[in-house]
Amino acid sequence: MPARATGVLAGALALAAAAVWASPDPLPWRQDELIYRLKQDCGSCHGLTMKGGLGPALLPETLADKPDHALVEVILKGVPGTPMPPWDFEISVMEAHWLVRQMKKGAIDDR
Amino acid sequence: MTVRALRAGVAALMLAGMMAQAAQAAEIVLRGTGDLGLVVERASGKVQIIETTDRTSLRTIDGLGDLSHASAVFSRDGRYAFLFGRDGGLSKIDLLTGAVVKRILQAGNSIGGAISQDGSLVAVSNYKPGGVKVFDAATLRLVADIPAIGADGERSKVVGLVDAPDQRFVFSLYDAGEIWIADLSDPAAPALRKFTGIGEQPYDGLITPDGRYYLAGLFGEDGVAMLDLWRPEAGVRRILDGYGRGEEKLPVYKMPHLEGWAEAGDLLFLPAVGRHEVLMVDRRSWTEVGRIPVHGQPVFAVARPDGRQIWVNFAHPRNDVVQVIDVPTRRIVKELRPGKAVLHMEFTPRGEQVWVSVRDADRVDVYDTRSFERLGELPMAKPSGIFLAARAHRIGL
Ligand code: HEC
Repeated sequence: MPARATGVLAGALALAAAAVWASPDPLPWRQDELIYRLKQDCGSCHGLTMKGGLGPALLPETLADKPDHALVEVILKGVPGTPMPPWDFEISVMEAHWLVRQMKKGAIDDR
Repeated sequence: MTVRALRAGVAALMLAGMMAQAAQAAEIVLRGTGDLGLVVERASGKVQIIETTDRTSLRTIDGLGDLSHASAVFSRDGRYAFLFGRDGGLSKIDLLTGAVVKRILQAGNSIGGAISQDGSLVAVSNYKPGGVKVFDAATLRLVADIPAIGADGERSKVVGLVDAPDQRFVFSLYDAGEIWIADLSDPAAPALRKFTGIGEQPYDGLITPDGRYYLAGLFGEDGVAMLDLWRPEAGVRRILDGYGRGEEKLPVYKMPHLEGWAEAGDLLFLPAVGRHEVLMVDRRSWTEVGRIPVHGQPVFAVARPDGRQIWVNFAHPRNDVVQVIDVPTRRIVKELRPGKAVLHMEFTPRGEQVWVSVRDADRVDVYDTRSFERLGELPMAKPSGIFLAARAHRIGL
């Protein structure tokens, strides 16, 4: 294989790996469900517009410094000793990653 | 122009005038507000004004901000509602005309409010910045600002704000674990009395309908903090201590509310935090007299005004069911399935009807509390809280 082709292949592989690592998006109907859940059920503690309530605000500016995986962990496992409950009984790892991306983009209200 | 044409023109003008008048008369009907109330459509920032005699919606009021967890209290003449929005909005709404008489943004993030005994003051409990602000009920002008700085020196979220006799407000500090009494006899100089170390994370409070006992439910431990307002010097007492008996509690998907009280047999019914149980407390001895296993984690356990029944709704994901407890037999006598996400229940003043908001079905259902028959339904967009104007005349509501 010429060096150039190897390079392209390696690049493609890296891209594919990055895509997997970033985790895919849920199907559109499930995205709608998740956003609904986020607004209505998470919203009862975090505010319908994610500006906070009993739980902290979940806005781009408050989440920016926090790594995705840590926030995903909080969503799936909850925070013992606080009211934040675990959601892994109905939200998957992939879905939690997607939710965190939406919260960090502030993409909740445009939907 | 011929005389005839002129006549026709005048007649048309008169007719138009009469129609405009009729339209206006339809706008403002001469009536009382005793059977009126409002339903919060939380996603769209609207409320609908409803009446419970014919069970209809009279009008929709728009532009009220973020209404997640919104609640309302009423002026003592029953004409105005004060609506507390999550975004710190405080709106004064005329139930008769539907006008938003005044609207202010008084904080960044708020959770509820109360109206003073004499109706002159409206207090709002805020998460951010943590504290209570008190407004003139007539003008919504700020008259007192009470920052909730706990004994730890930190600002705390305020929950469970209620009015109490003798022009007082009582509330709890969620982060600091304190209960405060604010005497607003002199609104310019609120007299505060603070009770510290009352327990971990008080999440809501209630006052008994006689205005004597204030209870704060604790999230951080199994128990309830109780203050006798007739004898505040006796301090805060812990009741139902360790009601979970050390068992691991279930995660809580929606914070319970304390609003339930049945006078029959001197029993108080409380939703247990993180358990599928309603707790029964004897109000003379303040001890647990039993618990009733229910369908899920209770959110509201509310007593029909006569105290004969307790209606219970539940937290996500078991929130499609309402159960009715018969007080004398302490048994569940009815289970209704109104639909996904039953958020709130409100009785008419004498308890013959209960209004139930079913968020995901975009509906409010009305049930007969004797036959459990569904009397009707009203379309509403994501309804949450239902507040009837008869609350105007009840302590703590
Ligand atoms: C019963 C109340 C409650 C509900 C419902 C709730 N949360 Fe939380 N949440 C909290 C509290 C309280 C905290 C803060 C925990 C702590 O003190 O560390 C929190 C923290 C978080 C955090 C971490 C924020 C940060 O800045 O570190 C995330 C992310 C989060 N919640 C997401 C969610 C999502 C997504 C949902 C719905 C699927 C949800 N929460 C539902 C109460 C709640």
